[in-house]
Amino acid sequence: MITALQFDFMRHALMAGVLVSIACGIIGVYVVVNRIVFVSGGIAHAAYGGIGLGYFLGINPVWGAILFSLSAALGMGVVQRKTRQRADTIIGVMWAIGMAIGIVFVDLTRGYVVDLMSYLFGSILTVPRSDLVIMAILDVVIIALVAVFYKELLAMSYDETFATVENVPVDAIYIVLLCMIGLTVVMLMRVVGLIMVIALLTMPAAISEQFTSSLKKMMVLSIVLGIVFTTTGLWLSYALNLTSGATIILVSGTAFLLSLLYKAVAKRHARMSDAGRYSN
Amino acid sequence: MSTRREVIHLEDVWAGYDGRPVLEGINLSVKERDFVGIIGPNGGGKTTLLMVMLGLIQPTRGRVRVLGQSATQGRHFIGYVPQQVDFDRDFPVNVWDVALMGRLGQRGLLHRYTPEDRRAVARALQQVEMLDMKDWPISELSVGQRQRIYVARALATEPKILFLDEPTASVDSRITNSIYELLQKLNEHVTILLISHDMSAISSHVKTVGCLNRRLFYHESREITPEMLGEAYRCPIDLIAHGVPHRVFAQHHEEEVEV
Repeated sequence: MITALQFDFMRHALMAGVLVSIACGIIGVYVVVNRIVFVSGGIAHAAYGGIGLGYFLGINPVWGAILFSLSAALGMGVVQRKTRQRADTIIGVMWAIGMAIGIVFVDLTRGYVVDLMSYLFGSILTVPRSDLVIMAILDVVIIALVAVFYKELLAMSYDETFATVENVPVDAIYIVLLCMIGLTVVMLMRVVGLIMVIALLTMPAAISEQFTSSLKKMMVLSIVLGIVFTTTGLWLSYALNLTSGATIILVSGTAFLLSLLYKAVAKRHARMSDAGRYSN
Repeated sequence: MSTRREVIHLEDVWAGYDGRPVLEGINLSVKERDFVGIIGPNGGGKTTLLMVMLGLIQPTRGRVRVLGQSATQGRHFIGYVPQQVDFDRDFPVNVWDVALMGRLGQRGLLHRYTPEDRRAVARALQQVEMLDMKDWPISELSVGQRQRIYVARALATEPKILFLDEPTASVDSRITNSIYELLQKLNEHVTILLISHDMSAISSHVKTVGCLNRRLFYHESREITPEMLGEAYRCPIDLIAHGVPHRVFAQHHEEEVEV
């Protein structure tokens, strides 16, 4: 690993892992506690339309992805809040249409699109410096938004009805959250690919939820776990010559399963030692 | 009695979902420091009635006034204690942060909580005797303790009116009594309106009782008459008064009560 650090691409990759883990740790917490994994998946896949658009227009596909993921976040948010039924169907439809648009745009693009696969399966080893700058900017935007709307995000996530009674603009806050998910998804796409985005978005947060008692602590632990997973995954993929995105996901998945196992055992222990206390 | 100010006024209120009425022609007048309990069968519209008064559901017809204002403005003066089943019980948040949510109405967007907010929250937690547990995670509290926290959160709004939705659902009779004792103490200063299907608990603690099943039967008295129940539940109900007018036992509702 030390020798690997001589390479620019390796340093960039580690840096990308850290930057992505920050956004992922913060936003993943809201995805997990609000149980909005499905709509997050929809935003991720719809973003593919923007990748295709980026290639077609000959601009950095990341900008296209940002445009599409934000539009998808707005669209899905409005559908979820304003239609009482079939919101999940409509989200599923937007999910598919977004991807289809991307594929058609790539078809229309002249010449062979070289690194299209890298957006599907990730390619943390080819992240250019310009993308690192975009990632850092998105991190700053996400941290600032969460800091500003922290109390509203907490209230909405915990008890939306009460928040509404207290005149919190919950619809607007929810849309802001979905937009932040959109931005995070775009960053993650570079690292693990859009197909595996949801895994890295949710697993660190789901693990930390079991060990923390406040959203802030949960975010800090998620960020740390994200950095550990991406770094470990990167090192393993380098040492064993495997696809980096998939290796990172498998490292996270293993940790997630271990945490579930630990929790089951700990619960059983607690129940056995508490058996007397609750018997009345 | 009649000099007390009217705090809630409903006039011929109709509300429902997808054109299907759940509330039909509701008239209700609640005055300052009233303690109103509304009972009725599940699906009878109890929660819908609260939602209408909180401005969360728009009535299809009729007029709602809370302290002379529309529901969405008037709810600023209402402390709302929701029914507990709506929550994610593993949510990583502690007692203090939940109670602090009661200050959101005072501190709008882009404003931080102030020392005044913290004082109000400490006072509210003190009132429900939960200040010592302010650092506890919500997930480690019992149902009764959690109920006290939601009362504290509502009190932190410094309300003129408290709304409670099934405050004693899924707690045992000892905790039910302690919750009602707390409410009676609070009633010295705030108006309370609660809904429940637990008829015996309600009728022995509140000042006035109403029955709701799409239509509201409310006569500003503590007594539940057989006519009210018959109308509200649309089935015959045994009513045993034991000479104490506020003691009510409905046979098909309170199976565990010995008659």
